[in-house]
Amino acid sequence: MPETIKVGIADLNVCKPPDLITTIGLGSCVGIAIRDKVNKIGGLVHVMLPNSQEVKSNGNLAKFADTGIPELVRRLEKMGAVRSRMVAKIAGGATMFSFQSKSDLMGIGDRNVAATKVALKALNIPILAEDTGANYGRTVTFDPETGDYEVKAVGKPIKVI
Amino acid sequence: MSEKNDLTIEEMSDRYFDVLREIGNIGAGNATTALSTMLGARIDMMVPKVKLMEFKEVGTTLGGEEQLVAGIYLEVNGDIHGSIMFIQKKESARAMVQKLMGMPSAGDDFTEMELSALKEIGNVITGAYLNSLATLTNLTIYPSVPDVCIDMAGAILSVPAIQFGAISDKMLLIQTDFADDVDLSGYFILVPDEESDAKILHALGF
Repeated sequence: MPETIKVGIADLNVCKPPDLITTIGLGSCVGIAIRDKVNKIGGLVHVMLPNSQEVKSNGNLAKFADTGIPELVRRLEKMGAVRSRMVAKIAGGATMFSFQSKSDLMGIGDRNVAATKVALKALNIPILAEDTGANYGRTVTFDPETGDYEVKAVGKPIKVI
Repeated sequence: MSEKNDLTIEEMSDRYFDVLREIGNIGAGNATTALSTMLGARIDMMVPKVKLMEFKEVGTTLGGEEQLVAGIYLEVNGDIHGSIMFIQKKESARAMVQKLMGMPSAGDDFTEMELSALKEIGNVITGAYLNSLATLTNLTIYPSVPDVCIDMAGAILSVPAIQFGAISDKMLLIQTDFADDVDLSGYFILVPDEESDAKILHALGF
């Protein structure tokens, strides 16, 4: 029976087909799905904050884009995935409340997306698709077999990117 | 008392919890009175529960990360800086709005008018809480205009979680049950920044 592996907030995990991997209720957080397109090993990280250097409590690598993405790649490599064959899809980074963006120069959702792109670029992992920004929450499910990244939002049709 | 600045949320003493619970109690009491007046109905209140929870547990408390909830969010400025959120299940929010407006809802989505009523309810409830905090600590606290969002619990809770996330993997939740024929229970989440935590503690004589 295929299983759906659940990734929590500030958490990451890896999986192989036929299993799927999901994270529920991404708000300003970003869900980054990475897979090796040849041997279909995939994984997902749910990051909350852009930069681990800006905060004191940075023990949890999966909490930050700058540490969570390299950690996910490390875990994928441990399972046999090859960096040069890895591709990514990203979703989330919403601004849930309209004045949220006023306090920071850029809203935390946008900053998370920007930091995600920087981290992926540094690892030479191309972004094939993204569904980011706007003002609503997203539940995402990644299929490492096909690379389909399903995005569900309240009151909206399901989107596959 | 400079070492207090290094106090993490996990290290907060039981006494600080007691204080927050007491503030929550008085605040919720004030909120209940204000709400009763606003709704023109008698509302009772249970003693609030203060819980320190891991992020991943918080969604479960509210009925799962995909549970539809209404979050009312305000920024707090003045002597302390941070934000406060009042969050309740969508059905509870709808019940409150219906009580306030005195008519049943037209559909599943909230109308502009209903959203505005919801903001006002959030304003009254969080205002009452902040008032008791300001009175007890003698600090000046100004709340901003509220904003409301109805979405999955996980997505809404990520907003305070991200703010807490800079200092901790846990957040402080104050559960307030307003007893009525319908479930009107809700949760306050107060997120002071690090300096403000120390200021609150200091003002309370810690």
